[in-house]
Amino acid sequence: MAVLAEPVAAPLKRSSLWSRAFESRHFLGAMFMVPAIAILILFLAYPLALGFWLGMTDTKIGGVGRYIGFANFISLSKDSVFWLSVFNTIFYTVFASIVKFAIGLYLALLLNERLPFKSMVRAIVLLPFVVPTVLSAIAFWWIYDSQFSIISWVLIKAGLLTHYIDFLGDPWNARWSVVLANIWRGVPFVAITLLAGLQTISPSLYEAANLDGATNLQRFRHITLPMLSPIIAVVMTFSVLMTFTDFQLIYTITRGGPINATHLMATLSFQRAITGGNLGEGAAISNAMIPFLVAAILLSFFGLQRSRWQQGGRD
Amino acid sequence: MSSVQIRDVRKSFGNFEVLHGVSIPIEDGQFVVLVGPSGCGKSTLLRMLAGLENITSGTISIGDRVVNNVQPKERDIAMVFQNYALYPHMTVGENMGFSLKLRNAGSDEINKRVKRAAEILALSPLLERYPRQLSGGQRQRVAMGRAIVRDPQVFLFDEPLSNLDAKLRVAMRTEIKELHQRLKTTTVYVTHDQIEAMTMADKIVVMHDGIVEQMGTPLELYDKPENQFVAGFIGSPAMNFLKGHVRVNGVATFEGPNGVKLPLKSAPAGSDGKPVVYGVRPEHFTIADDGADAEIVVVEPTGSETQVFAKVGGEQVVAVFRERHQFNPGDRVKLKPDPTLVHLFDEATGKRM
Repeated sequence: MAVLAEPVAAPLKRSSLWSRAFESRHFLGAMFMVPAIAILILFLAYPLALGFWLGMTDTKIGGVGRYIGFANFISLSKDSVFWLSVFNTIFYTVFASIVKFAIGLYLALLLNERLPFKSMVRAIVLLPFVVPTVLSAIAFWWIYDSQFSIISWVLIKAGLLTHYIDFLGDPWNARWSVVLANIWRGVPFVAITLLAGLQTISPSLYEAANLDGATNLQRFRHITLPMLSPIIAVVMTFSVLMTFTDFQLIYTITRGGPINATHLMATLSFQRAITGGNLGEGAAISNAMIPFLVAAILLSFFGLQRSRWQQGGRD
Repeated sequence: MSSVQIRDVRKSFGNFEVLHGVSIPIEDGQFVVLVGPSGCGKSTLLRMLAGLENITSGTISIGDRVVNNVQPKERDIAMVFQNYALYPHMTVGENMGFSLKLRNAGSDEINKRVKRAAEILALSPLLERYPRQLSGGQRQRVAMGRAIVRDPQVFLFDEPLSNLDAKLRVAMRTEIKELHQRLKTTTVYVTHDQIEAMTMADKIVVMHDGIVEQMGTPLELYDKPENQFVAGFIGSPAMNFLKGHVRVNGVATFEGPNGVKLPLKSAPAGSDGKPVVYGVRPEHFTIADDGADAEIVVVEPTGSETQVFAKVGGEQVVAVFRERHQFNPGDRVKLKPDPTLVHLFDEATGKRM
């Protein structure tokens, strides 16, 4: 019996620890995650932790702070300007978000219809979103100027007013003015996102509802709204978060004035921390925004949980 | 229930006319199937009947009422869509009761009617499910349930079975026909599948390129197709066509390609020497000594019958036999069409002679 070629005894040479590590799924898996984790730590976790830490110190620009516990928060709780900024932020967020949603939904429904020059209209709707915020804020600043305001000028020329409106000099005028600017800026995002949602609704559902005897209003109520609700939840979460943390518009148009009437928590934080040099106090104001934001996120998280009809089949 | 009259209906999209004057009378309680290849205008016609498309000219009436300018929701019709168009956010029960809810029917009334429709369609255990949790056949039944609940004048079906697998399609075919026999509601059913048309219809309307090619009962269309298009469209496998001439020399014969001679029962008057198309259905061939020479190309047994593809005078024809002949590719046989079941068409016009 012929002996088959004897299998060459595999040289059981110990491969190096390094090369063996690279054959292990677990080690490789961890290695591939390193870049992502590094980015998250560097740009998310570290700044957040630093912010938390700063809020608990009395750090000033140019100085090394020391830990003072919740002293910043205690002094803020007695600070009427801080509480005014909390009120302003909530006012700003609630009104701007509601109106942005209403106008955005209206525009989305309009753009979803057969419309002449549809793509052009769509482009125009997107414009406020495309223009850099600071640029549009400066434009609004001029529109609201106490001497050169085009609104006042037109109204006076039309004989509807006798004197210029003091848009940014009066606390309530100023609040409504910045809300309006924020609405103008935020509507395109809501409109375009809701439009994308509308376009996923099958036209045959509307045809079926039409044959079932639904009026336009009933089709909106029974088909459009329920089908759009998941998108509405996402859009409104983003809209609320972006409005609540707004800084650019306010800082460019009013810098928080007059007499802190338009100070949002973000602008107040910046003013105390950078302009005023009290980094610790500014960080504490920023940290005070977190409970509000977490509440908004939790609300949408529970609202976003896929309703039963969206879940897959189970028998 | 009511009759439907479609009179000289035309439809244009811009300058492009897709329906060129279609007239179809539909009697009360009839099951009418509109059948034709894609793009023939059958779905457009159905959508015009539903009110989802405007009527360019002509009239459509349901019962005694011309509905050209009547809103879809006022037409008292129910439609089953190809993709079912079930409302995904409503349960089966809510889907079926939606139209009643919109009409402000009381919840007792809605429950009663939904329950009855669910019983008819065996959907009772599924009433609380959402459409996503249903199989294709179940969704199809819910779509029909939604139509039944309304008890409309007319049912419209737009290719309702084309999303189902072959086996389910056959089962649903029977179910729909049974349902019609039970409810006796006037039904207009659109399909591109001639077998669906043949099996379900009281009356078939064959459409092609925006015109009606022929209307009639399934067997009329099968036995006496008015033109070559209908002859080729109805029946599976499709009818064989051979081009050639009629020769009358004492006995009428058909002279086909490469001198093939095939029998005719009689020659239509004045047809001697005329170019014609000789049509014979695959199931009307027999093996006979006086048949035409044929060379077998492919044999496809399906169990109940055997399809044989063969060359006759250089042209490929298909024959179907219920007997189990032992054929092999390359065999030479004699194929003979039954002369009483042969169709002759004018080659120029395609019309039956």
